[in-house]
Amino acid sequence: MSELFRKTLSEIRDLLATGEVSALAVTEACLARIEATEPKIAALLSLQAEAALDQAKALDRQGPDPAQALWGVPLILKDVLTTKGVPTTCGSKILENFVPFYDATAVAKLKEAGAVLLGKANMDEFAMGSSTENSAYHATRNPWDLSRVPGGSSGGSGATVAAGQCFGSLGSDTGGSVRLPASFCGIVGLKPTYGRVSRYGLVAYGSSLDQIGPLARSVEDTARLLSAIAGHDPKDSTSVDAPVADYVGAVQNAKDLNGLTIGLPEEYWGEGLSPEVSEACRKAVDLARDLGAKTVPVSFSTTRYAVATYYIVAMAEASSNLARFDGVRYGHRTKEAGELLDLYQKSRTEGFGEEVQRRIIIGTYVLSAGYYDAYYRKAAQVRRLIRRDFDQAFEKCDLVAGPVCPITAFPLGGFTADPLQMYLMDIFTISLNLAGLPGLSLPVGLGRDTGLPVGLQLLGPAFSEDRLLAAARVLEAAQGERPWPSAV
Amino acid sequence: MQYETVIGLEIHAQLKTATKIFCSCSTTFGNEPNENVCPVCSGMPGVLPVLNVKVAEYAAKMGMAVNCVVNPVSVFARKNYFYPDLPKAYQISQFEQPICGPGHVVIETEAGRKKVGITRIHMEEDAGKNIHSASENKSFVDLNRTGVPLIEIVSDPDMRSAAEAVAYLKEIRSILVYLGICDGNMEEGSFRCDANVSVRPVGQAELGTRAELKNMNSFKHVQKAIDYEVARQIDLVEDGEAVIQETRLYDAAKGTTHPMRGKEEAHDYRYFPDPDLVPLVLEAQWLTTWRGELPELPEAKRNRFVSQYGLPEFDAGVLTAERDLADYFEATVAAGGAAGGEAKKVSNWMMGEFLRELNQAGIGAGQAKLAPADLARLVGLIDKGLISGKIAKEVFPELFAQGGDPEAFVKAKGLVQISDTSALEQAVDAVLAESQTEVERYRAGNTKLLGFFVGQVMKKTKGQANPGIVNDLLKNKLA
Repeated sequence: MSELFRKTLSEIRDLLATGEVSALAVTEACLARIEATEPKIAALLSLQAEAALDQAKALDRQGPDPAQALWGVPLILKDVLTTKGVPTTCGSKILENFVPFYDATAVAKLKEAGAVLLGKANMDEFAMGSSTENSAYHATRNPWDLSRVPGGSSGGSGATVAAGQCFGSLGSDTGGSVRLPASFCGIVGLKPTYGRVSRYGLVAYGSSLDQIGPLARSVEDTARLLSAIAGHDPKDSTSVDAPVADYVGAVQNAKDLNGLTIGLPEEYWGEGLSPEVSEACRKAVDLARDLGAKTVPVSFSTTRYAVATYYIVAMAEASSNLARFDGVRYGHRTKEAGELLDLYQKSRTEGFGEEVQRRIIIGTYVLSAGYYDAYYRKAAQVRRLIRRDFDQAFEKCDLVAGPVCPITAFPLGGFTADPLQMYLMDIFTISLNLAGLPGLSLPVGLGRDTGLPVGLQLLGPAFSEDRLLAAARVLEAAQGERPWPSAV
Repeated sequence: MQYETVIGLEIHAQLKTATKIFCSCSTTFGNEPNENVCPVCSGMPGVLPVLNVKVAEYAAKMGMAVNCVVNPVSVFARKNYFYPDLPKAYQISQFEQPICGPGHVVIETEAGRKKVGITRIHMEEDAGKNIHSASENKSFVDLNRTGVPLIEIVSDPDMRSAAEAVAYLKEIRSILVYLGICDGNMEEGSFRCDANVSVRPVGQAELGTRAELKNMNSFKHVQKAIDYEVARQIDLVEDGEAVIQETRLYDAAKGTTHPMRGKEEAHDYRYFPDPDLVPLVLEAQWLTTWRGELPELPEAKRNRFVSQYGLPEFDAGVLTAERDLADYFEATVAAGGAAGGEAKKVSNWMMGEFLRELNQAGIGAGQAKLAPADLARLVGLIDKGLISGKIAKEVFPELFAQGGDPEAFVKAKGLVQISDTSALEQAVDAVLAESQTEVERYRAGNTKLLGFFVGQVMKKTKGQANPGIVNDLLKNKLA
């Protein structure tokens, strides 16, 4: 039973439901796996082992409950989701001692579904970054190669799931922060349609872009996690009151890709792609054709404006969202404060890391009187054009496919000196957030040169998560068994 | 040189909703500090605002009441600044797309009737309160008021005197109270106003540099602050000095204004649409329903009181200033009916004795113990000659304080007027017998002495004699 951690969420769920394994045994297996792998990958910011064991025992006493879709399943959540009674740091010193007294809606839903919450995953501070190196606590290492990053900002979530420390995780995706780590760590990650999952309790980075999304080791696992958290929430005005599709059913009934038209945006498949990423992704598209899909070229002509647009919108919103961390009510407060202005300046200077400060400053600048029209208003206009690109593409195809990132996981420290290069990692992922649409990152093999996982993303129209999951499942099934990360 | 004053007002009205604008915390005033607080209004990480639709309803109704365009789509915006009483470090307000566009009200001053334009009305959340300890070197923050809904009503710079500004302010307050959406309490701060004041030489088209006046907690403060500020600005201009655009605080003790400290002035609020709140879309059906729910407003009621009850404009203005006073008046007139409660008589009683007692008791007409029907009876008793107007005024404070049927009251007190001619004849005869000298002088042509005889009769009857009958009797007997 020591290999329980290798099961997928769907498999372990069935074993739990039939009573073949106890919730305690599964939780213990995960804790053992964490003990074995955490020294190598450092995926976690906090571990609630005792609470998890207590919860597992309590579940066992009640016995399996078919009404609870994730009964006894251990999960680890990105530390950007508020968890009642459990520290929530957002990877920042400014929230080092912050313990929320309320659960995020997504967290509450997982609890209602019977999941066991083991701990909180590392992340780039306030989800700002693509490598998890911006965590104020420590870097996380890629389970495939410990010298490399797991991607970001949900890098802890990617690494913990890939390493088998848990059966799934929730991350947040503002510009690719779920899809990128999923791609770098060789697992599945889904960024839902904006408004599909409640943002209540997701500590905001770019409010109009942020969306909570699941990371898991299989497409079906991903569907199960999404089913548990999707839906309208009266506490979030931007959550959409539309019926939630049967994601698990869509995955289980997926047989082939007949009748499916996949759009290939020329801007995503051209220069700048590393040969190994290009090759692995093209192979996956070929496979899709073999499985019955048609492909058509589409154009995302606004791609070259996406990075600039994204960073203006995200940083502007961040500068306002992060203003509440002022040292007055909670979080870090300087010990040096003289007067009020001092309290603000010192608390925030001591509490925020360099990248966060950079984004707050830029965001403040683009919203300033005299610059608003040139930056924020313009970005909002470009954003509508980006959405139009997608709408036009989806007149010609059912979904769009492209690489998640031009390269595979890069070495730690590879881009830290050059934030602009780091921002370009997001080139293929951010347009989707600006358009508010769903996307799924699917592992499509290992790169020829680095031997590291490559991710293909499937992008769809609003509320097409079931379509994305079904297509991904067909590809996944045809690929055969996925290798286990080599470094853990 | 002659100067013209230009005034625009920004009014903040706290709305009387049961819960806050973006969370379900209570808006009850006077609770323990930080009792009405939740993760949302205390700005905890990750929480989100959800609009209380009642706030939109109240704001839209105010817009309708002051002839504004109510925008079917409006947008909330963040106003960013740091202050401990502002837990998110931004206030959710409206900026480029407010809920209500241009409108106007009609005000009345000694200078006559005048239209004052309203630029816009928008919704926003109130901030909390900082409390600075005098004994310790500490400040405390109370977030009970954080998130209490406000509307800001911005006028055009249409007012030309402090009197017009006060008339406008009173009109807006009256409408808010009529609508039942604000209690209009200036001292407690549920109705606050800032005044933008400037002066310019008469005939000059462009506006002078304005100062924004704050910290005025009563109509009187507004009047005095503006008067002071206008004089100050004219002095500056006359001396060839420039008026500085700044915020000035009114000092009620000194009756002067002085500049607020400079730091507060340097704000760039970096407004942008709040991504946590979707644009507010007001469905046509809601607007129709809300319009249908509007009560008769002060101006319409004023006009109706003149036409329906034949009241002078002045009376109509006083009686309609407060909704419950107007209701009381109409109830009294209605109750009077056959008993002879004529409208003007009721109006006189209400504007005189009744209002004085209300003000002394510090209550509104709705809280008076004396029911409208009883006031109507009182007026009827005078009409029927059962008591004199003089006695009625004398007993009014007690009657007002206790309430109840005035007829029973005056009978119990033995104050009923003597209208029985035979009873009065005795008293008249007695007086004439006692005043032989005066009787002779009267008969010799000094008819002014009639008043003396009446006075004596009244004295004898302890004021209860019906003066009309006494007059007639005396004239007959002295003829």
